[in-house]
Amino acid sequence: MTEATASTQMAVDQAERPPRNQWLDVWDQFKTHKGALIGAAVFISILLFVLVGPYLWSTDPGYANLRMRNQAPSLQFPFGTDELGRDLFARMMAGGRVSIAVGLTAMSIAVLLGTLIGVTAGFFRRMDGILMRLTDLFLALPLLPLLLVMVMLFREPLSANMGPEAGIFLLMVISIGATSWMQTARIVRGEVLALKEREFVLAARSIGAPPVRMILRHILPNTLSPIMVAAALGIAGAIIVESALSFLGLGFPPDFPTWGRLLFDAVDQLQLYPNRVMLPGIAISLTVLSVNYIGDGLRDALDPRIRGR
Amino acid sequence: MFTYTLRRLLTAIPTVLIISLVIFMLLELAPGDPMSDVPLTVPPEVKAKMREALGLDQPGYVRYLLWLKQFFWVEPLHLIDHYFGTAYGADMQRVLSWQTRSPVTELIVQRMPQTLWVVGMGYLVGVSLAVPIGVLSAYKQYSWFDQVGTFISMVGFSVPTFFTGVLLIVIFSVHLNWFPSIYDTTLVVNSWPTFVEQVKQMVMPVAVLALFNAAQVSRYMRASMLDNLGQDYVRTARAKGMREKTVVLIHVLRNSMIPVVTVIALGVPSIFAGAIITEQVFKVNGLGQLLINAIQVNDLPMVQTLTFIFAVLIVAFNLIADVLYGILDPRIRYD
Repeated sequence: MTEATASTQMAVDQAERPPRNQWLDVWDQFKTHKGALIGAAVFISILLFVLVGPYLWSTDPGYANLRMRNQAPSLQFPFGTDELGRDLFARMMAGGRVSIAVGLTAMSIAVLLGTLIGVTAGFFRRMDGILMRLTDLFLALPLLPLLLVMVMLFREPLSANMGPEAGIFLLMVISIGATSWMQTARIVRGEVLALKEREFVLAARSIGAPPVRMILRHILPNTLSPIMVAAALGIAGAIIVESALSFLGLGFPPDFPTWGRLLFDAVDQLQLYPNRVMLPGIAISLTVLSVNYIGDGLRDALDPRIRGR
Repeated sequence: MFTYTLRRLLTAIPTVLIISLVIFMLLELAPGDPMSDVPLTVPPEVKAKMREALGLDQPGYVRYLLWLKQFFWVEPLHLIDHYFGTAYGADMQRVLSWQTRSPVTELIVQRMPQTLWVVGMGYLVGVSLAVPIGVLSAYKQYSWFDQVGTFISMVGFSVPTFFTGVLLIVIFSVHLNWFPSIYDTTLVVNSWPTFVEQVKQMVMPVAVLALFNAAQVSRYMRASMLDNLGQDYVRTARAKGMREKTVVLIHVLRNSMIPVVTVIALGVPSIFAGAIITEQVFKVNGLGQLLINAIQVNDLPMVQTLTFIFAVLIVAFNLIADVLYGILDPRIRYD
């Protein structure tokens, strides 16, 4: 009896409450995940450091001041200088720009590709078998060795055609994107297979909606949450892969700083200047950690079963 | 169970073949020329001879089939010859490395023990840490142990191995001077001091790999334990009056291990890839370093063979994981 009144009371409350935006609900749930909140704050401050920093700190990251080599951190050089007298503070900003740009672009490619393949496989039964075999095949490829091979093979022709920076950037982004779409494709396919049987899709089909509109209007918006989580985790993965490639000496050219490259360059002087290794390492780790926490929080926030509670 | 295994095995064969074709095509499509490092003073007809000697004048499919034959037929024969003193493969052409002119498999066999020692030990330590941590943090969900464990596993998962490796070197070899930063593979363990030396140089690479693997496996273990702890059979077991230890360590743990065992099996090949980086950090001259060096000097047969071996490992452990799942969980077998 009391339960019944309580639930009717709740229903009345809910009816009287003004309608709320779905994204406000998501944000409310996201706020309760402390790790995700801290992660978002850290990630935003890293983004600010990397994007706005170069406008406030005007030292050129490539300028070699040979009289100021191997300086310890000071007011003039907050992170010190490297063996050519280049300002590490400016280099960290420039490197972070590239690393994060690679992460975001590679993630976008991977998510686009994964969503495309996942939706096609889930929606069109005829494509399902072949596309999922393709996904399985990609999952069975040894990715890091293949990435290394791809970089080795295509680095020189691409940088000859498009300039060293644009060429390598394109190569990195495409090869990382092309080798990390499989998880997204699998998740999206599963989601689409479940959604396809729902009444609202049946209703859309019965009023004669063409497949493309059904996908764009009814299926995709409902698969958005797993895609967003995959995207958040994808950024972290792409940043790690890029810096790993740079660390193995097969990433960006030496005069083009990224966090991985800075770390790789500093390893030679590990004994003398350990802090030069720590800075890019901490930057990579903090970025990846914060993005992973954001992904964790998003997963909880976007799940309506958890959000209701 | 037998037909299940057989079916999985049969589907693995085309996968392996297609992967070998993909790797071959990738190397084939590459715009680079293996002759590009030969000095320009070498006359073109000599260059043509060199190409012929390397087998580059043959069409692509011939070279692919030849490579398949060498990898799947000639090399196993040589292996048999090596162990049984026979001479089946005596005059057959083997896969030769372009940088050393020696058979690729011999180089791989030389490098294998270092990798297996370091990587295998890292994985073993990681898994044996991860299982108890996962069990405990699931059993005491939201306790401080769980919070700390979750945070550490998140960190271990996020911090790339090349940074943890470098960090350990900075702390333990630069500042404290406890462990050597370079792994010395020429060390022969024949006495107590050399054994201590060996243990010392293995501590850091093993710790790096163990942290990374433990972070992943413990998350799976915790999730799987949590799934099972809420099941009805747990309540039944407690209601029967079983001791808590029996309930958790026998009933729940055994059921929770099913997905975790497959995750552990699936993770084995990926640690070889991770080991590429760790080997580079600690200068272990194992398989990973062999691959990196081969890539840097454009040694295509070596790159192809090593990449393919990594691929075969992945397929094989996928198969093992599938079969293990079938053995452990009877429901899987019958679908």
